[in-house]
Order: sequence, then C-alpha cells, then structure tokens
Amino acid sequence: MVRLNILAGGVLAFSVLASGSPSPGAESRVYEIEIDNLAFAPAEVLHVNDIVEWVNADIFQHTATATDGSFDVDLPAGAKGRTILKRVGVVDYFCRFHPDMQGRLEVTPDSKRG
Amino acid sequence: MFRFDTSLFVSILCFAGMSTTMAQSAGQPTDPQIAHIANTAALIDIEAANQALRKSQNKDVKAFAEVMVRDHEAVNKQVLALLDKLKIMPEDNDTSKSLADAASVKRIERSTLSGAAFDKAYAENEVTYHQTVNSALEKTLIPSAQNGELKSLLQTGLKLFKEHEKHAVKLVSELK
Repeated sequence: MVRLNILAGGVLAFSVLASGSPSPGAESRVYEIEIDNLAFAPAEVLHVNDIVEWVNADIFQHTATATDGSFDVDLPAGAKGRTILKRVGVVDYFCRFHPDMQGRLEVTPDSKRG
Repeated sequence: MFRFDTSLFVSILCFAGMSTTMAQSAGQPTDPQIAHIANTAALIDIEAANQALRKSQNKDVKAFAEVMVRDHEAVNKQVLALLDKLKIMPEDNDTSKSLADAASVKRIERSTLSGAAFDKAYAENEVTYHQTVNSALEKTLIPSAQNGELKSLLQTGLKLFKEHEKHAVKLVSELK
C-alpha cells in the first residue's frame, strides 16, 4: 500500500509543505499514500525532505489537508498530488470534504536515516 | 417504509416472468428495484443540496451541500453505468415512492424557511435522511442484492453515506 521510490533531486511539480526546495544533493524519497474506499493508507515514519505522493483511487473527490494549515492538496477522483515534508514533527491531516477521513504523518530529522 | 405490498410484489414477479427474481423470498426487493431505490435516494439528496445552495448564505452549509451533490452524482454515475452493463432497467416501487414523497414534503417545508432556520432544518434533515438510507442499505438493500457488483457498489455507498451522516452531525453541532 505504501510504496517507496527513490528520486534524486526533486524535479517534479510539488504541492509544497513549506517554501524552498530540497537541499542540494539531498535524497528525496517518495512515499505513496493511497486513498481507497474513503480511507488514507497508514504511512511509515518519514524524514525531512521526503515527498508524500497522495494517490486518490476513489471515485470521489478528496483533499489531504493538514490541521496546522501547512498543506492542502486537492485530489479529484483518480488524481495524484505531492507534498514535500520540510519540518520535523507530527502533522495530522484530514479530507476537507469528508472530515471523518483522517491520518497522521510523523516526520523525523534527515540525519536519522539509516 | 421498506415493506413491500405482497400482492404488488407477486404481480411484479409474474410480470418479470422466469427471472432470477423468482428465487428470492417474497418481501425482498429485487435488483432492479434496489437500483431504483439507490438512484431515487441519491436524487433526493442532490435536490435537497441544490435547494440549500440556492437558499443558504452559510459557507459551511454551502460547502457541505456541494460535497453532497458531487458525491451522490459520483455514486449515481457508477450505479447507472453498472445497470447499463448488466442490462438492468431500474424498476419503480413503493419504497422509492415513499422516499420521494417524504422528501418532497420536507423540501416544501424548508422552502418556507430562511437564514439560520433553513440551515438548521437542512442540516438536521441530512442527519435523519442519511440515517434512514443507511439503515435501509444495511438491513434490506445490501443483504437483498443478488448481483455481486451491485452489492459492492451499495457497500461503497454505505461507507460514503455513513461519513456524510457524521459530517451532517458535525454541521448541526457547528450551527448551534
């Protein structure tokens, strides 16, 4: 459900959690979080500069919206969207259209990467 | 609300002839009837939402109504596509009629309201309406559905409408 891709240097169009691009040379990992049957798939522990790719597999329009306002990604049916994780910490998120759909991202410092 | 008149049901069965509906026990809706009920239930909620979009000035109510229109249209599109694929013609029935009649009465009642009174009536009705439909889906429609794809679509609908029900409860509490 959560797929890991390695992407050297972020080059795609992102919906950005905070301003700025990944530090030069930093390895950006892309984690897919699928939305299926009105639920977000659980995420692994993530690191700063990682990218979450939201994949809406539902026939309904959703959003991935941080409760702290740090990201708000519109996801029409079948669409994908991306968020770069720029800050360490825990971010709760939900779907603005279906507030009962909720999830949590745990972002750890980049240096902890094994 | 979800009882079927036995004599009518028998005549429907006779009309349907040698179809799989014969295998079903009397009183259970057939797939063509279930499809009609699902379609009717969606159209009712879309109509209620469109009324709210015309009448309400409250941004939360309008945002909720927009979600109702979009989600119910999405489900309906799937239902109609499946019926087309399965060559099932939706069949009108007493449950569809009573749902539509009750909704019409409520909609006319709300048409006389405005402002906060309208918003409250709409939001509260969305709670009870989704409760009614969800209960019918759980107790009657899903267990009665014969076709696997129809059953699965109804289950997706139930998941969605339960979310709508909670969303409507939240909306009611925010309006107070």
